[in-house]
Amino acid sequence: MSQAPSPFVRAALDAATAVPPSGIAWLDAARRENLESLAETGLPETRNESWKYTPLRALSQRAFSLADTGVANSLAVDPASYALPGVDGSRIVFVDGVFRADLSSLEGGEGVSLAPLGVALEAQPEPLRFALANRYRRGAADAFAHLNAALATDGVVLQIANGTDVARPVNVVHVSSGSQADTAWHVRVLVDVGQGSRVDVVEHFVSLGDAIQLGTVVADIVVREGATLGLVILQDASASTTLIRRNHVRVEAKAAATVHALELGGALVRHELTTELVGDGARFDSRGVFALSGRQHVDTQLEVRHNARDTTSDALWRGIADGRSRGVFRGAIVVAEGADGSDASLSNKNLLLSAQAEIDTKPELEIYADEVKAAHGATIGQLDERSLFYLRSRGIPLAQARSLLTLAFCRAALESLPNEALREHLGDLLVAHLPTGPSDALVTSAQ
Amino acid sequence: MHMLTIDNLHARVEGKEILKGLSLTVKPGEVHAIMGPNGAGKSTLANVLSGRDGYEVTEGSVNFDGRDLLALEPEERAAVGMFLAFQYPVEIPGVNNTYFLRAALNAQRKFRGEEELDSMRFLKLVREKLKVMQISDDLLHRAVNEGFSGGEKKRNEIFQMAVLEPKLAILDETDSGLDIDALKQVAEGVNALRSPDRSFLIVTHYQRLLDYIEPDFVHVLAGGRIVESGDKSLALKLEEQGYAWLADTHPELRKADLAGAPA
Repeated sequence: MSQAPSPFVRAALDAATAVPPSGIAWLDAARRENLESLAETGLPETRNESWKYTPLRALSQRAFSLADTGVANSLAVDPASYALPGVDGSRIVFVDGVFRADLSSLEGGEGVSLAPLGVALEAQPEPLRFALANRYRRGAADAFAHLNAALATDGVVLQIANGTDVARPVNVVHVSSGSQADTAWHVRVLVDVGQGSRVDVVEHFVSLGDAIQLGTVVADIVVREGATLGLVILQDASASTTLIRRNHVRVEAKAAATVHALELGGALVRHELTTELVGDGARFDSRGVFALSGRQHVDTQLEVRHNARDTTSDALWRGIADGRSRGVFRGAIVVAEGADGSDASLSNKNLLLSAQAEIDTKPELEIYADEVKAAHGATIGQLDERSLFYLRSRGIPLAQARSLLTLAFCRAALESLPNEALREHLGDLLVAHLPTGPSDALVTSAQ
Repeated sequence: MHMLTIDNLHARVEGKEILKGLSLTVKPGEVHAIMGPNGAGKSTLANVLSGRDGYEVTEGSVNFDGRDLLALEPEERAAVGMFLAFQYPVEIPGVNNTYFLRAALNAQRKFRGEEELDSMRFLKLVREKLKVMQISDDLLHRAVNEGFSGGEKKRNEIFQMAVLEPKLAILDETDSGLDIDALKQVAEGVNALRSPDRSFLIVTHYQRLLDYIEPDFVHVLAGGRIVESGDKSLALKLEEQGYAWLADTHPELRKADLAGAPA
C-alpha cells in the first residue's frame, strides 16, 4: 500500500484509539488486525465490479469520529419514533450504536435469548469467537466489514433455542441521533435460529435529526435445520445518513428464510444481502422495494448461493427513482456444482420517474450444476401514459394517479408479508414517500 | 340551454389536421350518434373532448355546461361531469377496481366541494349500481380490467359510468369487438342510465348499436366535419347505402374521405 490513507481511513484509525480494550485477548487482536486490513485495502473503488455504480470518492474524503457514547446514552428518545404496528415482541434499541437498556425490553419468553453484545461477551465470550475473530479475515472481506469488526463494540446476540416458536416479532432498532455531526456508529448482529424454530425479526433504521452520520451494521444469521426466519427490514433514515449494511444469511437443510425490505431513506445506502443455501431443501425468498428521490443513492446487492440439492430461491424486487436519485441493484444467483434440483428465480423491475434519475440493474446467473431451473429478468421503465390518462379521465388528479400506479407497481413485493398490520404500515409509509412528480404544481395551481 | 356546444373545432394529431371545423350542439337528455367512415376523425373527437395528450386544438371552442372545456385538465373534465367510455379500456394490474372507483368518485366529489363517501356508503352505492347493471360483484375484487374479456371491459366502463353519474357520456366505439349478447348487455346498461339531464354522444362505425340504443340525432362525420345530420333514419340509410352518396351533396369531400363504408 503505497498510497496515503484517505481522510476516511485516517479518521477510522484515530477513532480506534478511543475504543477501550475489551479485556479479551483474541477480540482485541482481531480488532487490531481488522484495522490493519482497513488501512491496507482502503475504501473500495469503482474499478471493483461490485462497487462500479457506487462511487465512494466523496465518502472517502469525509472524516467520521466515533459517536460519543455519553451523548448517545443520555439522549432523550421518544419511543414513538420507532414504534411499528404489529411489532410488539422483545426489542433491542441502539442509539448511535450504543445499547440503550432503558428503551429496550429484552425478555422474549422461553427459548429466546436476546442480549446486547457487550453483555454476551462478558457472560461467555468463547461461543462468539468464530464470528467476531475469524469471520472477516484479511482478503475475505471489504473495507466496511473490517471497519465494523474493528470498531463495533456493541451489537445484538439473538439466539432461539431448538424447537421454539416465537409468537411475537423481535425488534432490532437502530436510531441515528442525527445530532452528533460527522460521527459514525457500528453495530454487529449475530442471530442463531435453532433447529425447527420459527421467529420473525424486524430490523428498523430511523433518524432523529439531520446531522451527517455514518452507520455500519454487519449481521450474520444462521437458520438451522427445519427452522423458519422472517426478516423485515425497514430503512427510514434521514437524507443525510450514510448506511453500509451487510446481512449474511446461512440456511440449513429444510430451513426457510424470507426477507422483506423497504428502503426509503438515507443519502448513501449500501445493503449487501448474501444468502447461502447450505442444506438440502433449503429455501430463501426475498422481496424488496426502494423508493428514492432527491439525491439519494441506494445500492442493493443481492446474492443467493445454492450450495445444496433441491434448494429454492425466489427474489422479487422493485425500484423507483425520482429527482436526481440513483438506484443500484445487483441480483446474483450462483448454483454450485452438485446443487441439482435447484430452482431459482429473480425479478427486478424499476420505474424511472424523472429524466435525471438513474437506475442500474444487473442480474447475474452462474450455474455449475446440471439439473437446474433458473429464471431471471430486470427491466427499467416509466409510468404508462395510457394508464395515467385512464385514471385521470375518471377524475383522479395527476399526482394521485401517479402515486396509485407507482404503488401498484411495488405492491407485489410487499403483499406477501404475513404480518398484516405491519404490511399495511409499510404500504402507508411507501405512499407517503412516493414522489409525485414535477407536473403536480400545474394541477394544484389549476384548481 | 345547451349542455355541449362545439364550435368550428380544428384539431391536429402529430401535425396532421384531423378535425377541420366541426360544430355540434347537444342538449340535456339527448342521445347523439356520430357515425362516419374510418379515419373521419371520430375517435379524435372523443379524445379531444376528454383531454388526452397529443391532440392539439388549433381553432374553435368547446363549451360544456357553461365552461370552457378545453381549458380543463382531464380529471377536471371528469369532475364537471364528462365521461369517456374507452374503445380500449386499459388494464391496470395492482389497482383494485373498488379502490380505483372510490378514489375516482371521491376525487370528483372533492373537486365539486361535496363530502367524500366513506367505504360503507360507497359500497352501498356500488351494490345498487351492480344490481342495475346486472354485474356480479366478483368484478369489484379484481384489478382494474386485468384479465377481463372484451365484453367485461366494456361492461365495466358502463358500470363506472353508473357510479360516477356524468352529465355527458361519450361512448367511443363501445360496440367494437362485442358479440351480439355483449352488445345487448352494454346497450341495456346505457339505456338504464338515460335520463332527462344526462346526454350521450355515441361514436360508432356501425349502425347495429343504434338498434339497441335509440338516438335522437344521427350525424355523419367525414373529412373532419359534420356533413349530414338527421334522425335515426339517417343511420339506416348509411347502413344500406354506405357513405359514397355524400359526395353528391358534398363535392368538397374527396373519395378517400368516404372510403370506409360500414360493413
